[in-house]
Amino acid sequence: MNKIKTILRGKFFFIFGPFIFLWLLRYIIPNYTISSKTPHWAYIPPKSCLGGCGSIDGLVPFVDWTNALIQFLRKYEIFGLFTFRDFTRGIANYVDKFLDFTEAVLHKGFPSYDVGPLPWIFILTLTIILGFYLRGWRLALLGGTCFSYLILFSKRGIWELSMKSLAAISVSAPLAALIGLCLGILAVKRKRFANFLWPMLNILQSLPHFSYLILVVIFVGIGTKAGVIATVIFAFPPMARLTILGLQNISQEIKEAGIMAGCTKWQMLFKVEIPAARSPIMLGVNQVIMQCLAMIVIAAFIGQPGLGHDLLIRLQGLRLGEAFEIGVAVVLIAITLDRYSQALALKEPERREGNFLKRHPYLCTSIFSIIICTFLVFIFPFFNEYPKEYTISASVYLDNGIKSFTRSLFVPLGIFRDWMLIYFLMPLKSIFQSMPWTGVILFVGAIGWKLGKIRLALTVMLFVFFIASSGYWVRAMITVYMVFASLVICALIGIPLGIWASKKESRTKIVLNICDIFQTFPSFIYLLPAIMLFQISDVSAIFAIVIYSSIPMVRYTVFGLRNVPQQIIEASITSGCTERQLLWKVKMPLAFPEIILGANQTLMFALFMVMIAGFIGTVDLSQEIFRALSFSDGGKGLIIGLCVAFIGLTADRLLVEWSSQMKSKLGFKV
Amino acid sequence: MNKEVKISCKNIWKLYGETPEKFLKNTNNNPTTEEIKQNNYIPAVRDASIDVNTGEILVIMGLSGSGKSTLLRCMSKLIEPTHGQVFFEGNDLLKASEKELIDIRRHKMGMVFQHFALLPHRTVLQNVAFPLEVQGQEIQKREERAKDVIKLVGLEGREKYYPRELSGGQQQRVGLARSLAVEPDVWFLDEPFSALDPLIRKEMQNEFLRLQSMLKKTIVFITHDFDEAIRLADRIAIMYEGLIVQVGTPEELITKPATDYVAEFTKDIPRSKLLNAESIMNEKDKKPYENTVNYSDKIEKIASKVLKSESIFSVVDDNKEVIGSVSKKELIKALFAEDKNE
Repeated sequence: MNKIKTILRGKFFFIFGPFIFLWLLRYIIPNYTISSKTPHWAYIPPKSCLGGCGSIDGLVPFVDWTNALIQFLRKYEIFGLFTFRDFTRGIANYVDKFLDFTEAVLHKGFPSYDVGPLPWIFILTLTIILGFYLRGWRLALLGGTCFSYLILFSKRGIWELSMKSLAAISVSAPLAALIGLCLGILAVKRKRFANFLWPMLNILQSLPHFSYLILVVIFVGIGTKAGVIATVIFAFPPMARLTILGLQNISQEIKEAGIMAGCTKWQMLFKVEIPAARSPIMLGVNQVIMQCLAMIVIAAFIGQPGLGHDLLIRLQGLRLGEAFEIGVAVVLIAITLDRYSQALALKEPERREGNFLKRHPYLCTSIFSIIICTFLVFIFPFFNEYPKEYTISASVYLDNGIKSFTRSLFVPLGIFRDWMLIYFLMPLKSIFQSMPWTGVILFVGAIGWKLGKIRLALTVMLFVFFIASSGYWVRAMITVYMVFASLVICALIGIPLGIWASKKESRTKIVLNICDIFQTFPSFIYLLPAIMLFQISDVSAIFAIVIYSSIPMVRYTVFGLRNVPQQIIEASITSGCTERQLLWKVKMPLAFPEIILGANQTLMFALFMVMIAGFIGTVDLSQEIFRALSFSDGGKGLIIGLCVAFIGLTADRLLVEWSSQMKSKLGFKV
Repeated sequence: MNKEVKISCKNIWKLYGETPEKFLKNTNNNPTTEEIKQNNYIPAVRDASIDVNTGEILVIMGLSGSGKSTLLRCMSKLIEPTHGQVFFEGNDLLKASEKELIDIRRHKMGMVFQHFALLPHRTVLQNVAFPLEVQGQEIQKREERAKDVIKLVGLEGREKYYPRELSGGQQQRVGLARSLAVEPDVWFLDEPFSALDPLIRKEMQNEFLRLQSMLKKTIVFITHDFDEAIRLADRIAIMYEGLIVQVGTPEELITKPATDYVAEFTKDIPRSKLLNAESIMNEKDKKPYENTVNYSDKIEKIASKVLKSESIFSVVDDNKEVIGSVSKKELIKALFAEDKNE
């Protein structure tokens, strides 16, 4: 009796009580279940879609409003001159001009001048020299390997496809970098603009790609230029962020030195601030390039030709061997561009003295090899266009290999899959589906309130309310379930792996390196092994999500454990801790806030991947987005996208706040 | 005194907090410590008035957080004071336009920073030439000038090096060179040697004195190190919690500390190196004795002969006129100043 009293009086019950009460109502009210045709309003928001969501109103008709706005932008003529769509299409045409040029250089050639595209030998040689210049022979080897692969395995035209993709990237990456840089600078110089930009960046970065693909289709159209514009929108936010961070972190003294030298505002910006922040800014460029690569496949959905397009077709046709070959090409390009741009970011200027040759060795080598290559190209056609006879393809062997591999593992994998479905995924799914929306709102609000911030509580409640009132509550809860299931598995894999890796310097290095490589893979690649192993099911989707989003879990665990101050560890050892006690009583509690941040990142990664996994047929929000994409329903795409973004932002706000409160309690700097 | 005043600060206030201007106005520009605390303002500089004379080395001294750096930055308007006036060669700096300010900074001021503040992407030569570059000087002219200054600070042959390739001491030499490149009238040094280790610091102080003996700039030098202040200063201003507690020559600070705080500071200073005969002499006794010492002789120099002999020494000025006397008694009193209080 006393126990019950203390529970009732406790804070825990007070906070979670309403949620549990609303949940338990299912045992009293008959239509309080998902299988009911007319579920109770407190369980599922009225006017929500339950099965197929053809046209749904939602409690608040957000979709209709958005579509009305889109119509307005399409039709209304500003000053009676042009519509917003004309404006966006005009911009797209400018982009097209740049594209024409890069495409001509890389794969179309200039037919009117009777000049072909850049021969492969130039690209290969210059990449290798650039690798030497930026870091050394290892980088050069990587670049050389990458382009050699593209040339050698070009039986099905991988080289041409790669050049198409590179042509698109070489327009979108500089454009995104430039836009991000300008916005970043503006935000640093104008406080008010920063207040506007930050939340915009937050939403843009948590919006799934597909939801603005639809808008791009409406306002720009389809094809390469549309792909480029979608890529730019997707890729500029990290650049803006890193520019802001870089410029804000310049030491006060350096700025003062600039002012005391008598710099004008522009001199300050271009001669002091940007050069002093060049490393973070160049890391921003690196991020931009990676985002552009991630978009290679996604932009293919709106008709951008290139590697992504062919990869997609082969995935759809389940021609896994060919898909694998293209996948390797995408990964190699991704790793190469990543490492090259990272090397560029960290490159320090070097001191060279002597004559011109000694001062500019790489420039001279480049010029020299360009001359040699030109001769070679004119004399031997081999160097101009790599002959098809010499290309190879391993797709047949790969296909066979994959087939025999999956055949031999068919039974155990099948058992594993069914076991996962029956004992883990299905029960979890039904728990999430049984949660009433009113209860969930109160739940997130209660957590926000417990973290001590009324504003936080109201914000997250508003986010959840938006999802509930949009009409896609049931679908959203399936997405939440998929993300949660993946998070649990990621934690079960990632945390032990992180603990293991943090024990020795050498292990840490290896594991972090593997994480680095995995992170450069464009997300679509992860669908390949998933389909190979588990065909098409919830399990394969979750498998793909888990490999992709375990990375931050491992990374943050390692980081948290390795960053426990040496003094504290030494103090614990001298107090007589065993290895195990040291881990569980000292290191883990101190690393916990960092691990929470890792979980948060994992969640964001998982949310992203869930959307992509919709491609292999899950029935959550991602399926609806794909449907909206095929009907060009911009309003629906955007609203579902916002639902996904708000799922992410709700979790992000709560977890980050929790982690930083714990950190400040432990006395770490936040 | 008819010394020429280069920079004159009048009633400088710098408060941090919400709308500090309004608060100062409401308190008649003279809030008490309690008032400041009650209203949650953080006082960086309080009612500071000080003149910097042409050609002198003024050292502003205080512990961290005493407001010395803020006061220095108010003098160059890197920080805008909440209240007060700064006159630079008679012109009110706070009323100057952006363009005038840039002009003054380009031609009349040079500044050296604690952590060197070199631009990492530029070579030594380019760093030193930087202030000339932003003025729009031609490349040849500015690099020639930069080379001269680099030679002056003893870094010849390192022109093509990048800052990261240099030691701390060398980096600060670059900092000195850069601030001297425009031949400024006023030289601001913000704890220039604090980030260096003690041996290098000593070397750099000598370097600084050597440069000043050639250049004769007007200098405002910030330090938290009293030994450094005494070595370098013509005058020292001591700051405490935003207030200038005392301004004077090193001797004055030691012999006549204005507050207990200053006395505490000066307590451990080896007096023999600092005090001269004039500052310890008995002024009433102007009888000419057989032995004499010059008024500017440091105690260190005269101690042994005064202590050895039983007689009294006359203190004479440059015109050999007797202005006082020194005996064992005065000497001992001066050297063991703490005993005075007992």
